Amino acid sequence: MVGIHLKTLIFERSELDHLVETLKRRDYKVIGPLLRGGAIVYDEITNTSSLPIGWTDERSNGKYRLKNRDDAVVFDWTVGPQSWKRFLFPPIQKIFATHKRPKGIDLPNTKKQPVQETVPAKYAFLGVRPCDLHAIAVQDKVFLGGPYRDPVYERKRSGNFIIAVNCRQAGGTCFCASMGTGPKATSGFDIALTEVLEGKRHYFIVEVGTELGGEVLKSLKCLKATDENLAALKEICEKTTQQMGRSLDTTNLKSILYQNSEHPRWESTASRCLTCANCTMVCPTCFCATIEDVTDLSGKQAERMRKWDSCFTLDFSYIHGGSVRASTKARYRQWVTHKLASWVDQFGTLGCVGCGRCITWCPVGIDITEEVRTIRENQS
Amino acid sequence: MSPRTKTSMNKTAQKIRKPKLAVWKFSSCDGCQLSLLDCEEELLPITEYIEIANFPEASRASSKGPYDISLVEGSITTPHDAERIHQVRRQSKVLMTIGACATAGGIQALRNFKDVKQFISAVYANAKYIETLNKSTPIADHVFVDFELRGCPINKLQLLEVINAFLNGRKPNTPASAVCLECKRRFITCELVTHGALCLGPVTQAGCDALCPSYARGCFGCFGPKETPNTSSLSTYWNSLGIKDDELVRLFRGFNAYAEAFRRESEAHEK
Ligand code: SF4
Ligand code: SF4
Ligand code: SF4
Ligand code: SF4
Repeated sequence: MVGIHLKTLIFERSELDHLVETLKRRDYKVIGPLLRGGAIVYDEITNTSSLPIGWTDERSNGKYRLKNRDDAVVFDWTVGPQSWKRFLFPPIQKIFATHKRPKGIDLPNTKKQPVQETVPAKYAFLGVRPCDLHAIAVQDKVFLGGPYRDPVYERKRSGNFIIAVNCRQAGGTCFCASMGTGPKATSGFDIALTEVLEGKRHYFIVEVGTELGGEVLKSLKCLKATDENLAALKEICEKTTQQMGRSLDTTNLKSILYQNSEHPRWESTASRCLTCANCTMVCPTCFCATIEDVTDLSGKQAERMRKWDSCFTLDFSYIHGGSVRASTKARYRQWVTHKLASWVDQFGTLGCVGCGRCITWCPVGIDITEEVRTIRENQS
Repeated sequence: MSPRTKTSMNKTAQKIRKPKLAVWKFSSCDGCQLSLLDCEEELLPITEYIEIANFPEASRASSKGPYDISLVEGSITTPHDAERIHQVRRQSKVLMTIGACATAGGIQALRNFKDVKQFISAVYANAKYIETLNKSTPIADHVFVDFELRGCPINKLQLLEVINAFLNGRKPNTPASAVCLECKRRFITCELVTHGALCLGPVTQAGCDALCPSYARGCFGCFGPKETPNTSSLSTYWNSLGIKDDELVRLFRGFNAYAEAFRRESEAHEK
């Protein structure tokens, strides 16, 4: 169960404040969880007092509720409506600006100078769940893996410091265990924490993933982890695995989905689907965007904007003469088969990490695991 | 959208005729015209490129048609209006309707579900002088409309975008997808999922930048049905959560009550 790590340490709960301090001193913009609008979301934090201490989330189909706990556990919640993609792949982004000359237009020379020259913020992400570590790895492949690297993503992703937090409890719509992405972090972090509350003792088990992680920890009071600590870590992760609210069998999944492209289930789910795109907006791996060109009134200045888009809109598949995916059935099928089948052909990995966000934030509670199960069990 | 006269970009602009814009009012509250006046800072720059030839809400001065672009606010509710809209159309190269009244019949289309004569006798002492049609109908039911801008009222930024696009001969950026996309792009936590709000966002066209959810309210649907609106699924879901039919009728019978998808949905839940 214990993954690949250089060494394992522990630090007391009070050291968490020093961790945030240390990162700030190192010029990181620390992004962490906080309560807003009835959910746990991610934004800049300046100390640990804004963390959702003593809160947890209850998630089911189309439903999310915060609950107060009677203890001071910091990380006993799973994932909210947002993911780290909001910082790495912003929903609205200026790509370039240009202006008209008497003959032709000025375009920025992207080779000579980056699109935006401002010094990018160096992000430290505090509280990245194992499924989301995998989601970041999936988007790394999408945006940086091929011959065309996305300069915006690359800039925002570079120099990230990632503090993963292993899940002490799984959410009602979680299925990371099925997808092999959790509930324990195995790679993709600088340090990974596991929170332990034993009677009065409140501490974190720390796995060090990178040299930089070890470096940062030098400013904190750490002890070597004992066998008992490691046993506690193992126990927590095993318990969480047992708690998964959902499961999804991935055996042969790609060919099952390809072979069942005309399965009647697509049509019956289409009658429920609102094509509202919430599932794709909250999904930490969905990467689609549209381009909007805007001008000023004179027509002399123009800007190109990139905005999150989704395969659930008609515009998304619009080509001359109409939309390719006019029916809801075609759009819903596109989303599921992209996540679980064609993603493999495209990027060599599944596009779903089992975070369950799409199930929770679907206004009518459509559940990707139930859809796949129905098709698997009633193949045409 | 017809392209702007190119030369108006340089110094000869003053000599070249600027495109003429006219604003027309039918049955409405004037809120959408106010959105144009609300463009305070942007209004002067607009007049550099466009001649506001007829805009009674702003000025009594008016110059004759034909007009390059007409903005029409309000619905058709009287025999006189039904005549007048044809005159407007004849004088307009491009006719754009603005707001829920002009695009769907407005809140006054609530009469369409009842007998208008009963309202008249209930409201007026003497019904003799009241000349009204049985139904409040959108402009597109009467004349050809080049472009519809939704909202109750319209969003001034969208209005500027459409005028801007017209001037520059480009497609306006006014997507027909759901309000939910705007919610998510602004990181607004979903009211429906976190608080069980009866939010019409998933079936309503974007354009307000998720105004109500940003104030922790569900969407009232004032931009009307989005593309491929699945209103019956949302109703079925709310029914299953215990929401009664008469509440669903009220939800769909707002400013866009007579827009096809919302009308059918409210009728489906009426006893
Ligand atoms: S498809 Fe759903 S469960 Fe899978 S990664 Fe996306 S949001 Fe999470
Ligand atoms: S599922 Fe749809 S929105 Fe998500 S990445 Fe695939 S095509 Fe894009
Ligand atoms: S599956 Fe749910 S969230 Fe996704 S588009 Fe359909 S109704 Fe919206
Ligand atoms: S609050 Fe309403 S508009 Fe916003 S995402 Fe939720 S359902 Fe959609």
